[in-house]
Amino acid sequence: MTIATNAIASAGSSKLARSMQLLLNFWKMFRTDLPGVVGLAVILVLILLATAAPILAPFDPYLQSLGSVLQPPSWEHWAGTDELGRDILSRLLFGARTTLLIVISVSLLIAPIGLCIGVCSGYFGGWVDKVLMRTVDIFLALPSLVLALAFVAALGAGAENAVLAMAFTAWPPIARLARAETLSIRSSDFISAARMYGASPLRIIFRHIVPLCLPSIVVRVTLSMAGFILTAAGLGFLGLGAQPPSAEWGTMISTGRKVMIDHWWVAAFPGIAILITSLSFNMVGDALRDAMDPRTN
Amino acid sequence: MLLKAAMAPEGVGYRAASLVKTMLGPLVSVLAAFLGLMIIIFFIGRVLPIDPVLTIVGDQADAQTYQQVSHELGLDRPLIQQFSIFVSNAVAGDFGRARLTGNLVLSDLIKVFPATIELATTGIVIGALLGIPLGVIAAVNRGRATDSILRIVMLMGHSTPIFWLGLMGLLLFYAALHWVGGSGQLSLYNLDIVPRTTGFITVDALLAGDMEVFWDAVNHLILPASILGYSSTAFIARMTRSFMLEQLPQEYIIAARVKGLSARQVIWGHAFRNIRVQLLTVLALAYGGLLEGTVLVESVFAWPGLGQYFTNALLIGDMNAVMAATLLIGVIFLGLNLLSDILYRLLDPRTRQ
Repeated sequence: MTIATNAIASAGSSKLARSMQLLLNFWKMFRTDLPGVVGLAVILVLILLATAAPILAPFDPYLQSLGSVLQPPSWEHWAGTDELGRDILSRLLFGARTTLLIVISVSLLIAPIGLCIGVCSGYFGGWVDKVLMRTVDIFLALPSLVLALAFVAALGAGAENAVLAMAFTAWPPIARLARAETLSIRSSDFISAARMYGASPLRIIFRHIVPLCLPSIVVRVTLSMAGFILTAAGLGFLGLGAQPPSAEWGTMISTGRKVMIDHWWVAAFPGIAILITSLSFNMVGDALRDAMDPRTN
Repeated sequence: MLLKAAMAPEGVGYRAASLVKTMLGPLVSVLAAFLGLMIIIFFIGRVLPIDPVLTIVGDQADAQTYQQVSHELGLDRPLIQQFSIFVSNAVAGDFGRARLTGNLVLSDLIKVFPATIELATTGIVIGALLGIPLGVIAAVNRGRATDSILRIVMLMGHSTPIFWLGLMGLLLFYAALHWVGGSGQLSLYNLDIVPRTTGFITVDALLAGDMEVFWDAVNHLILPASILGYSSTAFIARMTRSFMLEQLPQEYIIAARVKGLSARQVIWGHAFRNIRVQLLTVLALAYGGLLEGTVLVESVFAWPGLGQYFTNALLIGDMNAVMAATLLIGVIFLGLNLLSDILYRLLDPRTRQ
């Protein structure tokens, strides 16, 4: 009995070791891709900036100062001030928190959902697979931004609802990938061994299949993150995401557009922040995709 | 039985039957997707809101209106019956009234839709004219500096918030340089001059023979359409590049080169010819993406189309209008999917039996 357990465990762990080896090769590939490395560096700096925002921000992002409304960029206010005299740089730093928080929340929501649906679909096969994958196909064929917008309209505007709406439309690609991975793992010997030894489907799924699916799921979620940033900003811009006065880049552009013609900096800087962040995620995603693609190896 | 009989190999009948068979597969999956779309929209509009009636009549409606709408939706009946009421109404084109305009949602949609089609179609033309050559150039120069630079340009297009680019475009080309018109489809003094026949302002102006209005409309159209087009360039170029990369190493290309054809003839006359069908599919998908993009772009440019109508409905939570607009965009998406699927099956010799 212990032998069987060990055999299954060691088969599993050798698979895990192989995944680690793959991951190492992967990093070697990734390292050669300059834009990818730059993107990764920018993201790390951004995370640092967002974490340290309360220390780094020169001003309180919510502090209105009607004496210094709509100041152009200067040594005191590097990115100028907005229509309520708030320091734009400080608001950008705090906005990075909002953006990263939304991206992380959506990712943490869709990864387990997509994983569960995909692995169940692949493991059980038959009509479960048919129903689940048909649902995935339907979601993939539909306009995700429009559905997310309608979803927020039904629930009411706000950052939390924006996260829910984005998760509602973003899980299908994850499920599709998890299913494909499961199909390739399901027929392995160590899974048959576990099954013969009497492991329940739940145990096989969560102890043996899910851990092996994780690396590719993580990569796939990273690929989607640039899109999340743009969607979150778009929701904020339309007034359906994070609500004023909270510092969110899309919302900042939306309020900045009213004064934009004479005061370009109010709308320009938040947009540049979105562009840099989303570009970095895209560059990392692109590098990941190339590193994963067997044709480039 | 009938189908089987018709499929006997007898010339035209057989051809037609195999054509039907080719269409049947995608058609069934599109019907399933349509049902899924209806379920999702029903879920969003009638199950998610705490009080679906309130989202339709607004909070200023009197008790009688409230009761009436509640009864019309069948809220006192089981969910499955409510759904069937919703589906039969939607298929009949009855989406109720929009709170914002007071008109029937259907007539509102018919009114705003052409403006969006005009914008998105111009956008896809610009996107294709930019994206396809860029993708081909990138593929031909694979691994060289040109490829890397183009890759960054494409990634930029993919990463730029489209609404922000629109605002910056207005700031630069309208406010500072005065090259293009500002918000809306026409300048104020040109509004309602040409009669509305097709709903596409440029076409209407040409039909009326009013060149001044036509150029004014083009002036207003060019910036939002370019920005939409740029947002799809990245996708189109990336797909073109990878399709071309599949063709270029093949033997028939080497043969064409050995035969002494110029690089241009080999690339455009041989390799590109073989990716046209795949590109059509990509363009159909990109067009769907542009329709989504119009929601944000129309809001920036005060473009009186479906996107702006949808946004306004969203902001006041007018679910009748939101559901109908979502359904319309969803149906176009499905239609584009079906179209690209059928085109692929019809045009690609490999999928013929």
